[in-house]
This record gives sequence, C-alpha cells and structure tokens, in this order.
Amino acid sequence: MKIYIRSVACISPQETFGPVSFLVRPITNNGNFLKAIEPAYEAIIDPRLTRRMSRIIKMGVAAAMECLSKGGIPSPDAIVTGTAYGCLEDTGIFLSQLIRQGEQMLSPTAFIQSTHNSVGAQIALMLKCNGYNNTFVHRGFSFESALLDSMMLLEEKESENVLLGGIDEMTDASFAILSRFGLYKNAPVSNLSLFHSKSAGTIGGEGAAFFLLSSEHSQNDYAQLEGLTTFYKPSSRTGIARNIADFINAHSLTAGEIDLVITGKNGDQNHDKVYDFLHESIFTNNAVINYKCLCGEYPTAISFAMWLAAKILNDGKAPAILGYSGNKQIKRVLIYNNYLGIHHSLILLSAI
Amino acid sequence: MQLTKNTPPVFVAGVGVVSAIGNNAAECLSSLENYKAGMGAITHLETLHNEQLPVAEVKLSNKDLEDITRMDSGTSRTALLSMMAAKEALLDAGIDNISSLRTGFVSANTVGGMDKTEQFYADFLSDNKKGKLRDVINHECGKVTDLVADALGINSYISTISTACSSSANAIFFAARLIKHGMLDVAIAGGADALTKFTLNGFNALMILDKEYCKPFDDKRQGLNLGEGAGYVVLVSARVAMSLKKNLYCELTGYCNKNDAYHQTASSPDGTGPYLAMKGALALSGLQPSDVDYINLHGTATQNNDFTEGTAIKRLFDPKYPPMSSTKSFTGHTLGASGGIEAVFSIFSIIRGIIYPTLRLQTPMHEFTFSAESFFSVKEDIRNVLSNSFGFGGNCTSLVFSKITG
Repeated sequence: MKIYIRSVACISPQETFGPVSFLVRPITNNGNFLKAIEPAYEAIIDPRLTRRMSRIIKMGVAAAMECLSKGGIPSPDAIVTGTAYGCLEDTGIFLSQLIRQGEQMLSPTAFIQSTHNSVGAQIALMLKCNGYNNTFVHRGFSFESALLDSMMLLEEKESENVLLGGIDEMTDASFAILSRFGLYKNAPVSNLSLFHSKSAGTIGGEGAAFFLLSSEHSQNDYAQLEGLTTFYKPSSRTGIARNIADFINAHSLTAGEIDLVITGKNGDQNHDKVYDFLHESIFTNNAVINYKCLCGEYPTAISFAMWLAAKILNDGKAPAILGYSGNKQIKRVLIYNNYLGIHHSLILLSAI
Repeated sequence: MQLTKNTPPVFVAGVGVVSAIGNNAAECLSSLENYKAGMGAITHLETLHNEQLPVAEVKLSNKDLEDITRMDSGTSRTALLSMMAAKEALLDAGIDNISSLRTGFVSANTVGGMDKTEQFYADFLSDNKKGKLRDVINHECGKVTDLVADALGINSYISTISTACSSSANAIFFAARLIKHGMLDVAIAGGADALTKFTLNGFNALMILDKEYCKPFDDKRQGLNLGEGAGYVVLVSARVAMSLKKNLYCELTGYCNKNDAYHQTASSPDGTGPYLAMKGALALSGLQPSDVDYINLHGTATQNNDFTEGTAIKRLFDPKYPPMSSTKSFTGHTLGASGGIEAVFSIFSIIRGIIYPTLRLQTPMHEFTFSAESFFSVKEDIRNVLSNSFGFGGNCTSLVFSKITG
C-alpha cells in the first residue's frame, strides 16, 4: 500500500516553523547546544492552556496543530508520538521540589505533566480526539517505533490518517548531565563548521517535528513514505553496510537510484567514522548531505531529517546551505541515522 | 486450529510475573487463591511516608534481584524486575530454537531508572558537577529495555512504550501486531515499574493514595495503593505455535486503544475512553459482550477510576454482567507493569477457569446494580477474558484473551 505525507510542521533550532522560506538563512550558534526557536504560541494555542504547559508540550502541541491545519484534517484517526526523554523540564521540577521540600507540601502540577505521553495526550485533549493514542520512548528508536506503528495502523486500515510526531527537549540539567557523559564537545564550535571540527563530542539539540500520514492521496502531498527499518547494535561497519544494501534491495532499488542520502553525522570524530566508511563504500556514487549542523544531536533528531527529506522532495532540490550542488530533480531520498552507534535506522521516501 | 476474524492469529506460549504477592507466576497464583494481599509498610524505599502509606513492594531487595538475574550491581530496580519476569516468561515458553527466530522485546515502564536518578539528583541539585553518573546512566525508559534485551540476547526488534498506567497493555498489543504483520516470529511483551519516591510523592500530592489497604469498587474506597513488579507474555505466530511441544495458553484475539480526551489526570464521568476501548477490543475478537466470561478490571480504587470504569461497563454490558474483579487489591497499582501483570492473571483465568476475588470489598458501589467478585472461584469454562488498563493522559486500552478452540 502507499503512504503519503500530507503535511509537515517542524519547530527546530532553525527557522522552520510557519510561513518561512526553506532553510535559506541558517541560524548559527557558537555554544554546544542548539536551542529550538519557539513560535508565538498565542496564535496557535489558547493562552489559558499554554500557561501551564512546559516547553516540550508547547512545542509538540504547536507543531501538531500547524501540521493538522496545513493538512486540512481537523482531527486525525490516530496520534502517535516518539520521545526518548519525555517531559524533562517537569520531571526536573518535581524531582527538585521533592528533594528541596523533603517530600512535603508538594504541588502535583509538574508531576501530572511529567508523564511521557503528555504531548500526545494534550493534543488529544485539545482536539477531543478519542482515537488511537500511543507514545514510544525507546532512545534512538523512539521516533522510528512511532513511525512503524503509524505505518501498521494505515496498513491495517484502522486509520486513514495518522498524526505522527518526534519530540525531545533539552533542559539545563539534561545538558549538564549529558555533558558530563562526554556527549558534547569541550570547546565551543559553530554549528555550521561542525563537520570540520576534528574533535570528540557533538552539539546538543532539540525539536518537534510532526507529520500527517495518510493512506489517501491528496493534491498537496509532500512525499511518499516507502519504507523503514531499524537495527540494534550491529556488530561491524560491514554489517551496517550489508543492512543498508539489504534495505535498498528489498525495495527493488540499487544505490545509484537514490538521488540523495541524508546521514546522521554529528561532528564527533569517533562517531562519524562509520559515516565516512559508508560514504566511501556503499554511497560512493551518491550525493550525501548531513543535517545535525542544523538541529543538533538528540535521540529523535531523525524526525528533523524526515521533515527535511519531505521538504526536499516537495521542492525537488536540497537547500544550498547543506552543500548540495547537484542540479537534477531529487525524486528519492534515503535517510540513514544512528544514535550513539547503538540504534540504527533507515527511512526511504520518494517524490509524489 | 480455527482462524477467527482476527487473522493471522497470535498465541500466548509463556508467562512471567513478579509482584508483591509472589516472585513468579506460581507464587502469585497461590496468593490469589489464598486471599493474601501484598501490601505492607515501606521497607525498600527511604521516604518520609514510610509509616503513613502502605505500598505493595516486591519482597526482594535489589541485592536479591541482582543475584537472581545476574545483572550488574547498581542496576535500576525497574530493570531487575523486568529481567526477572521476562526471563521466567521466556523459559516458560520453552522455545528451543529462539536464536534462529525473529524475536522481539517490547517493554513498557513509566519512569525508567528513576529509582537511581532520584539518588543522583539530590547531590546534583547542590552542585551540577556532583552526583554519581552511574546512578543516572540508566534513567531513560528505553535504557531499561535495552539492558534486559541485552541480558536476554534479543536483538531482532526492541521498543519501549510509555502511556502511563496503560503502558504494558499497549506493549502487548503492539507486539502482537508486529507478529501479525510478519515482522516477528516471537515477542516478549509486557512491562515493569519499581516503586520510586518520584511516583509515590506524585500520587500523594494528587491525594489519591489510600492510607489503608485499597478497596476497589467499594462505595467507601479512598484511593489506590502503589505497587511494583513486572509482567510479561511470550507471543508467538501460528507457525511457531505449531512447532512447540508444550500446550499453548490462549490466543490474544482482541485489543483496542482509545483516548478518553477528557482531562490530563481525571477520567470522564460517562466512561467514553474505557467504553470505546472495551467495545473496540470485543469487535476485533468478533465477540459480543455476552461472550465475556470474566473482566480483570483496571479497578485502581480511586473515586474517579472506578466510577468511570463502572459506567463504561454498564454502557456496554447492561443488563447481563460477567464476573469481574480487581487484582490490584492484591498487587497494588503497579503503573506501567499493571497491564502485563494483569494479562498474566487473565491468561491463568482462562487456562485454570479461575475468577479472582476483590479483597476488602464490603459495600458495592451504590451507582451500579453489579458488583465485583469477593470470592475466589473455579468455573468450568472461561472462554474469553477482558483485561482493562487505563491511564493518565486519557490512554485507555483493553485486551481480550480467548481459549483456543478447534
């Protein structure tokens, strides 16, 4: 069966939300964390509701509402989200109160909104949507699991349209902790020169990307979703290359038939070795671009890549700021991403 | 084997459970039969509330669990409980050639490694360079699943679901669909949650914890007791089912996920979400309400849940109600584990013909003409069991397990 991406919406560290041109003017940052640019929420969500919402909920709900509105579907048949960390801000607030106040006189507000399904739940609540509602929280597979669930729902004909989202937020606490784990670079780096930094560590990121997937073709579809696969802890680089080749073969394609490969390189010289290996082997004749210089590294960053791919397929060309120099129309895009070398994913999309 | 509307079929070949009433399925069943509740004073958690709030703790320390599961010292209790029950389920299924099959692990939890994170956070708050990193490394819900998948040697497909108290019912449901779509041959599915100060204080702040042992579906119910544990089922495709030497337990014939869309924490007075979930699950099984022989209630014993759930049951079943009970009166509310633990109890209801009691039920709810069961009983033929799991965020999921016919 065919699955169409009817509309997309993305809040990210770039100007990607609302009526903006497609990545013409990159936002640069010289710290080690790319913070999402939040829109003026009043126009999208009732201010009485936003007052109580944390950043991740506001970002998720706003992106969801924009996506539905652009897709012309007031209420979807299903809402499926993926988030690795969930509502970190509210989790941190409740945890801090609990410790500082010695478990006494606690307000339940932050606890209530700390559950990982809060974004999906708030969307359902605002839309009064009684349909299927699920939230996946599996680290670098969170968005991929949500995407697989959405594809199965459409195939089962349980739903004609599914609202799919990938959301993660960074807080001061999570940045401090993840920095101590050595995830990020020691010295500040400009995001636009991320891939030239030749050092360990990447830069952090966050964002909310939503998609309206439909089994029905419409006039304004961005792209067609062809396939998805994930693999966990592959034993070697050649194993990764074999998995990618198998995926391409399973879709009756050759690598040469893929017009553009988007990879999850993140500027960490150790982590990026696998991408360099693939670039010199399986993707040697492909145009390859990288996206984490725009959104930073986070477990659901692949949702930004899928937004990027859908926009590229809709336009037929890739933004110049990503170093793409080809001039033929892009009709097929493969995304390969891995998170910390543990969770590996492939998503294939094609033009309508 | 007869194929139902719900094809291709998915069968249950193994179960595993750890809860406050037992460290394995046999012990839990024995406690259920003997009306033995698992609640008591708090012993494993260091909390201000340990004299005031009863909880249903698993009667093993982290050290005990580390020894049994052979997982590393310092592992989150959530992962230890998960490993304990998932391993039992996998052994129980008795699948010889597991490594040659596409085997997945779909697990659920609500707060991941929070039991360790809250220890880390006390030091971290005073100085963000402090706190032992090994206490926060397993914070993510998904990390708990990865740890157990690695220990079980499963890598074909791994995922984690977190939809509050319906989490593990959704994990079972999602895993079944992976088999139906031909992606997996075998899936271990369910969930785990350990008691944490985070959840205990959260529910306490919401003022929905009973200071006495909870009384589900009783007119004088005062709230829930938190519990902890893990419950998993091993689901297999028809092809794998044929190759097994053991008897299969039952078939998962129905499931449905709906959202109440009423309030973040409160459930609707008309029972919309639970009603739609139960109705949808029965429709998928091709069953009528009169075909249901037992309902394992969500039955948390909060004013709100039991009224909403009762109202939904009235809408769907009136005037002929099947026997129903809340086993949370034994295990407490185990949050992300409850759907898995109660799935295991529902499966035993079918294979042994058991109806479980609801403990401490004295005054049935005045709003309804039906009442939950108070006594343990054995019936000859329990063909279909409905298991309910509802959670914060309006997430409502019902599962239907059915006796294998033909």
